[in-house]
Amino acid sequence: MYKLLLCWRYLRTRYIALVCIVSVMLGVATMIVVNSVMAGFTHEMQARMNGMLGDLILESRSMDGVPDAAEHMAKIREVAGDTILGMSPTIHVPALMYIELNGQLITHQATIVGIDELTYSGVSQFGSYLQHPQNREQLAFTLRPGGYDVYDHQVPDRALLKPRKQMEHAGWAHRRHRAMLKKQRDLQQTVPPVKADASGLQNPFAFTDQPNREEEGRDFDPAIETHVGIVLGIGTCSYRDANGSDQFVALPGDDVRVSFPKASLPPEAISEFYTIVDLYESKMSEYDSSFMFVPLRELQQSRGMIDPETGIGKFTSIQIKLQPGADAAQIRDELRNHFPAQLYIVSTWRDKQGPLLAAVQMETAVLNVLLFMIIAVAGFGILAIFMMIVVEKTRDIGILKSLGASGEGVMGIFLGYGFALGIVGAGVGLGMGLLFVEFINEIADLLGRVTGQPVFDPSVYYFYKIPTIIDPLTVVWICAGAVMIAILASVLPAWRAASLHPVRALRYE
Amino acid sequence: MSSLPSDIAQTAPWTKPQIAPGTNPGQTLLATRDLFKSYQKGPLGIPVLQGIDMRVNEGEFLAIIGQSGCGKSTLLHLLGTLDQPDAGEVHFDGHRIDNLPSTSRDLLRNRHFGMIFQFYHLLPELTTLENVLAPALIAESTLGYWLRRGQHRRRAMELLELVGIADRAKHKPRELSGGEMQRAAIARALLAQPRVLLADEPTGNLDRATGEQIMQMLRQLNREQKLTIVMVTHDPWIAEQADRVVRLVEGRIQKV
Repeated sequence: MYKLLLCWRYLRTRYIALVCIVSVMLGVATMIVVNSVMAGFTHEMQARMNGMLGDLILESRSMDGVPDAAEHMAKIREVAGDTILGMSPTIHVPALMYIELNGQLITHQATIVGIDELTYSGVSQFGSYLQHPQNREQLAFTLRPGGYDVYDHQVPDRALLKPRKQMEHAGWAHRRHRAMLKKQRDLQQTVPPVKADASGLQNPFAFTDQPNREEEGRDFDPAIETHVGIVLGIGTCSYRDANGSDQFVALPGDDVRVSFPKASLPPEAISEFYTIVDLYESKMSEYDSSFMFVPLRELQQSRGMIDPETGIGKFTSIQIKLQPGADAAQIRDELRNHFPAQLYIVSTWRDKQGPLLAAVQMETAVLNVLLFMIIAVAGFGILAIFMMIVVEKTRDIGILKSLGASGEGVMGIFLGYGFALGIVGAGVGLGMGLLFVEFINEIADLLGRVTGQPVFDPSVYYFYKIPTIIDPLTVVWICAGAVMIAILASVLPAWRAASLHPVRALRYE
Repeated sequence: MSSLPSDIAQTAPWTKPQIAPGTNPGQTLLATRDLFKSYQKGPLGIPVLQGIDMRVNEGEFLAIIGQSGCGKSTLLHLLGTLDQPDAGEVHFDGHRIDNLPSTSRDLLRNRHFGMIFQFYHLLPELTTLENVLAPALIAESTLGYWLRRGQHRRRAMELLELVGIADRAKHKPRELSGGEMQRAAIARALLAQPRVLLADEPTGNLDRATGEQIMQMLRQLNREQKLTIVMVTHDPWIAEQADRVVRLVEGRIQKV
């Protein structure tokens, strides 16, 4: 009983000990914040990655693809059975995209992906990242008259957003306007054609007004016609300015030229015009700036991937969506047994993003080790201060022993004291950490205002807020670890107190 | 080696009915046989006690008098099992106690010996009442104390009234005068109804008048409650008030 009473009294009267738990507190708070933010980022990142990739991906090793997706899909279904929720064949080809802006060409390197718009939304979240509400329901590669999102639909709180003013006009209205301007410009240029010829300079990348797949001899009228539709990543045609609002270099309704290799030997580059029909924003800047989507059939045709006799097209990969809870790794292994590894690669989306995920995991682990070191250092602080307190309390220890307290009892006082300090430190740290996580965005804003440098740059991740997830188990572990360290640090002083000789302790001045 | 008999270690004074100390007056309660003790100072052993043979009878008020450094405090510590002799034996109620395991000695100090010191030795973090309760706090588990807290508090308040500082129960030791602190220390020593009170210069830090009051209280306890008291002092005037005086010179007993 006296142990509890004395622990409590020491806790209330020795403020120096409270100072030493500040480091425990800070350590715990920092660990909670770091873990929450890392967990939030990881979760957000995984959701985005999985959103863009199917759960499982079967790829052909050849970029020229293999024929007959239907047959492959039937075989996959045979192997994996009911666990498959959906499948969609795609073609991935590296490509160069050209956007014309005020007579200049902006070049962007990205992967052109041929998708089957009817089945693709069943294997990925792609549909939900689109900017037109109707396209989100069912993607069509046709230009919409208008009605593209001005406010990011993925952020529920509009107050946080800067409107994308340019998107108001996107669609047919924008296209007709551009066509009219172009017509006027052409007229002006044809009247005095002398200068341009005299300079002898010609932009080699300038759009030659040859319609690509339209019938020869007929003029392509951009005001009423479109090319094949393309969906661009928002990162390929926009940038975020210093004020945090998005500026677009191309909008739905504009035409872009894309060059990519044909599926033939020797490889032969071809270029096609496409009309932007929508933009997608997965909020993973890497994905948003490196993919563009066109209809599968059109891409097969352009690349010469359709067998002229049977009409069966080739594909380079099949995206597979599994039932929730299905073991992707196990199904991957089964599929690997059925598809020869010389020709096919079967991987889960985690395999595809393995290095990135591993890097994030590694970062979290290293940060945790380092931060735990901080708490360990705090432990040494507790040890030093406890040693002081034991010396200060030498006479009291002698008194307790003269009254019949045992060595273990005296040890219990100081272990209990260390435990109490650990609990208080971890408890306050827990509160601070949770509060910090709760208001992390406000704190980041404040720091940004004070330092003039944004702490969290949303242009990197396309997140408007710092994502956080508090994992109760992690929090419990952190607190338990901190309390453990506090107890361990008090073992030595407690043992010293227990082994004090009562007479010498009583005579201590 | 004799093990601790049940009547010494096992009996918890908290549960037994009031037994008056000194039930067998005249019988030997505490005895030492050929007690030797020396302190190690560097390579030299400084002899402090050199063959002490003494007896304390039940109900007796014995004073041990001697110059500073003659070993009287050491003798008291050995009697109270706070320290262990280099050679010789200490007997309590007919049982050898100097070689008992430490847990038994802890029990003995907690339940059968009361000790008071020159510097009072109260715990500064606790109130006077809590200081008086300290032996019970040490003896009882948390639950046990909680269950019997009323009983303990009543007894502690009775003792504080007995020593005349009941109004100081809620004060911290630093708010008390020297005399009040020594009264609190006496109350604490009496809480467990010990069979012997060991007093180490109980008036050594007090002025004459206050010292006189404390002595009066000890005499009264000895007379009325038949409490056995062993007191150590350097002051002949204080020693004179005891039933019997033993003089200690250079670690040996000199009969007065």
